[in-house]
Amino acid sequence: MHRTGELYGQFETLEQQKESAALGMWVFLSTEVLFFGGLFMTYTLNRHYYGTAFGVGSNTLDLKLGGLNTVILILSSLTMAMSVWASHVGKRRQTTSFLVATLVLGTAFLGVKVIEYKQKFDHHLVPGYHFQIDYRAQHPAPNDDPKEIEAEKEELSKAFAKDPDLNAHAQLYFSLYFGMTGLHALHMIVGAGMLVWLIRQSMLGRFTPTYNTPVEMIGLYWHFVDIVWIYLFPLLYLIDRHR
Amino acid sequence: MDTPTSTRTATATVYKIPEEHYLNSTYGIRSWLLTTDHKRIALLYLFSVTFFFFVGGIFATMIRIHLMTPQGFLVTPETYNKLFTMHGVAMIFFFLIPSIPAVLGNFLVPLMIGAKDLAFPKINLLSWYLYILGGCFVLYSFSTGGLDTGWTFYTPLSSVYSNSAVTPAVLGIFINGFSSILTGLNFVVTIHTMRAPGMTWFRLPLFVWAQYATSIIFILGTPVIAITLLLVGLERMFHLGFFNPALGGDPILFQHLFWFYSHPAVYIMILPAMGVISEIIPTFARKPIFGYSFIAGSSIAIAVIGFFVWAHHMFLTGESVYAALAFSFLSYLVAIPSAVKVFNWTSTLYKGSISWDTPMLYALGFIGLFLIGGLTGLFLACLGLDIHIHDTYFVVAHFHYIMVGGAVMGYLGGIHFWWPKISGRLYPEFLARVSAIILFSGFNLTFFPQFILGYLGMPRRYHSYPPEFQVLNVMSTAGASILALGYLLPMIYLVWSLKYGTVAGPNPWPSTGLEWKTDSPPPTENFLVTPEVTWEPYDFETRPDLELDHIVAGKLPAPAHGDD
Amino acid sequence: MQAQFPLIPEQASNFAPTVDLLMLFIVAICLFFAVAITFAVIYFFFKYERKHQTEIGVPIHGDMRLETAWIVVPLVLAMAMFAWGAVVYVDFRHSPGDTLDIYVVGKQWMWKVQQPNGLREINEVHLPVDRDVRLIMASEDVIHDFSVPAFRVKMDVVPGHYNTMWFRPTKAGRYRLYCSQYCGTNHAIMTGWITVMEQGDYAAWLSGAAGAEANPLVAGEKLFGEKACITCHLSDGKGRGPSLNGLYGKQVLLADGRTVTADDAYIRESILQPNAKIVAGYQPIMPSFQGQLTEEQIIALTAYIKSLQNEPPPPTGAGTAPASGKK
Repeated sequence: MHRTGELYGQFETLEQQKESAALGMWVFLSTEVLFFGGLFMTYTLNRHYYGTAFGVGSNTLDLKLGGLNTVILILSSLTMAMSVWASHVGKRRQTTSFLVATLVLGTAFLGVKVIEYKQKFDHHLVPGYHFQIDYRAQHPAPNDDPKEIEAEKEELSKAFAKDPDLNAHAQLYFSLYFGMTGLHALHMIVGAGMLVWLIRQSMLGRFTPTYNTPVEMIGLYWHFVDIVWIYLFPLLYLIDRHR
Repeated sequence: MDTPTSTRTATATVYKIPEEHYLNSTYGIRSWLLTTDHKRIALLYLFSVTFFFFVGGIFATMIRIHLMTPQGFLVTPETYNKLFTMHGVAMIFFFLIPSIPAVLGNFLVPLMIGAKDLAFPKINLLSWYLYILGGCFVLYSFSTGGLDTGWTFYTPLSSVYSNSAVTPAVLGIFINGFSSILTGLNFVVTIHTMRAPGMTWFRLPLFVWAQYATSIIFILGTPVIAITLLLVGLERMFHLGFFNPALGGDPILFQHLFWFYSHPAVYIMILPAMGVISEIIPTFARKPIFGYSFIAGSSIAIAVIGFFVWAHHMFLTGESVYAALAFSFLSYLVAIPSAVKVFNWTSTLYKGSISWDTPMLYALGFIGLFLIGGLTGLFLACLGLDIHIHDTYFVVAHFHYIMVGGAVMGYLGGIHFWWPKISGRLYPEFLARVSAIILFSGFNLTFFPQFILGYLGMPRRYHSYPPEFQVLNVMSTAGASILALGYLLPMIYLVWSLKYGTVAGPNPWPSTGLEWKTDSPPPTENFLVTPEVTWEPYDFETRPDLELDHIVAGKLPAPAHGDD
Repeated sequence: MQAQFPLIPEQASNFAPTVDLLMLFIVAICLFFAVAITFAVIYFFFKYERKHQTEIGVPIHGDMRLETAWIVVPLVLAMAMFAWGAVVYVDFRHSPGDTLDIYVVGKQWMWKVQQPNGLREINEVHLPVDRDVRLIMASEDVIHDFSVPAFRVKMDVVPGHYNTMWFRPTKAGRYRLYCSQYCGTNHAIMTGWITVMEQGDYAAWLSGAAGAEANPLVAGEKLFGEKACITCHLSDGKGRGPSLNGLYGKQVLLADGRTVTADDAYIRESILQPNAKIVAGYQPIMPSFQGQLTEEQIIALTAYIKSLQNEPPPPTGAGTAPASGKK
């Protein structure tokens, strides 16, 4: 098993090794673009056909939590970039700290997502599983704001008038919501796992100004996952918010 | 066989297998299952794709036997529907797509560019394990209820109505997709960063160009089929509605997403075979390929344009007429680079010094059969004609001409051509030539009648048919039995040659690529000293190491001209 | 020769001659190139056969003029093929104004057809010759495809969508109808017939005059074929449904273990609510004919099935499972 930083057998020079790693990561990210692309395509078409249902679905999402998550992720990209810089200039302790900060922020993101998913589960908004778009309006919880419930009921009745199949189309929205954010969360979990490994390597002093390829590569990956969220957030959370 | 039409000579040096090479450098099952040597991984793939070829072949045999009578006498309709589905899935995803890239590509790309291995050897091994894991899921699906949706998985049949084992199958293909993606990634990076000194892009063998173009399709296309099949699986498991109209979904969306990959997939299957032909013809005509940069450029053009023609599979779904016009137009465009290649290969034969060795016979067979397959594509791209022949046996004949007549012939030609390099031994030439001819004849008898069947209107995927179609069906089945023989013979004599074949030496043909400048079989690290390339590809003139005279067939044109 | 070993189907619609001509045009182009390349390859093979063991070929790298020629010429030919095909297709996709509209519903595994006056057919379409016909098609379940090779037309039938296609039959006769998009188990027998009649005959048929048959037994037997009962209820017991030979009056073993007598009520229920009683060893796949048969037609069918009681039943007997597998 090679120790990180050594020249692997198939390469002639360290520079060739680094070039390969970078190109490899960029090529991999392009495959990820196409992978998410299919879902974005499906989203676009369904949003076009079923705008009403998508608006209703989007309005059930908690804008505060979604916004918080967006800020968390952007911050985590900042800390990730800082750790790449720190490894470039040989600051070992700072490299590790920034990596830890990134991991903490990433975990916080996942935690918020869990809260959001639980909410959806409670409101019968999980597709294929007793899905009912107007469940919350019909069965408000004791601590729900009555004005909010009234507003929701009104929105729903207008929406049902426009689209008699609202339930089925809203289920499509939520299938995409869970599919896209779920796939994104899966990528975050993988990223978190890689960060744990990176932190350990950094603590062992493996990264120097001449060799910090893993930090850079995983940094690239992390930024990509962040960018996917930056597209997901408006597309899922911000439909029809101006109403 | 020492006639001038054979490359082997009676006075050739008697070679010995080198002391140490990649096959015997380490022993034991662990050294194979945990290998990171691209050559060993190539052999792992060789065994697995051959296994799936058998699986798909057995299904094909049963199909052809069943279709000998109009009512079908071998199996029930339900079983027949599973047979053609599983034949398609096994052959396309587990044989055709991996075959040349994962077997010949893995073995040869590092050797051809002068590298010690691929850029990411461990990821290469991971690719193989993902292929095996995907294969296990699919075999599980086959043996527990089978699969009866057609390899195209059209919804809502596959996502709602089918009672077969769809979910494990789509999961298996999903996992296998990542095998392809990682292989493509590996090749792209390797070809960019690991070429030996002096190996510029335009000195690369055309096989490498073909692998590069194929890898681009692997990378950009496969993720889309992955997510699409995942959605079908989710739809089945959780009753979601992406593609189910009863829940607001759209079956046509599935078709768009599916064909966005599956059309470029057919170029994955043919481009590497074309790359093989581009290596064989110069070798056995002993002259440079005619139009090197045009062939290289055509490979890239096919890969790129191939991404923009997918909806020619959907001309009759009710899609917009404007879309149909655009896709038909682009489908004609994509035919042009293939035509350019055929013209260039033919021109390479002009004033060559041609021998009839088995790889050359396969190359010729490829040209003939790919010609028919490609030309019949022009019928299908034609909107007015497609109305009549869409989803008939015409389509079946067309794609089998390309995939079997083209890709499989290319694969077998490549196996024979590089067999000495892989195994250190020569195969028995006479038997090999006979097999090639048997294959070619059996193939034509099997599939040519199907063009006629198609124009007469016999639809695809029919377990029974009107009696007026029987004669052509029987002809087709007869051909299939000959074809089967043509496949079995190489399996037998290639294995035989491992022990009893003549020792080949480093460069038996001889050929000009870097892979022939090392031992047969090569050492694990490929080259003892990193080569430095100072010659142009397919240059037989200024290569004293090939030990060929400068007796040129015909006269040199004066003054010598060329395009590169 | 054409009758004994046909290479193309009959030409029975306005599109057929054009499509065949287009096909011949493309065949001619392809034949030219195929023959030229094959000839060149074989010729070069023999002319430039290696004479000397160590000789090499003449190193010619390429020729810009040739490359240009064989890019431009195929491109021009390709555009010609594209253009002609496009013209035919655009015509096909735009139905003319005054068409006879026929509604078609595809479902697993039959074609339900409705004529303009409401008259219904199953797996059959009667049409007048020399009249523009438009089919408006939908699917009840999966994707099917309505295909008539003699007309050179087909169109997918997609659930959730309406697809239309048009053509003009030009020759009276009976032509095969196929389902041309794989749709499950009985895709291959989801076939039927298009009957093209002279316009007067069609009008007569449409008003029901040609359909009435006095004798219920004869009418019943005809219906048994027309409604596609015969495709599943094969008399030898090897079909999707049980044989009806020797059935009437006998005891029938059901899938849930009960035994019932096959009387008139049982037959009527089996036609209208087939899933009420499933015969042991068979799948619940028979479609209901509720709303598709008049009372007279049900009576005729019952009479016919009753008349089969003296036919020898298949070896395994009605009501028991057929031998596993088809043979």
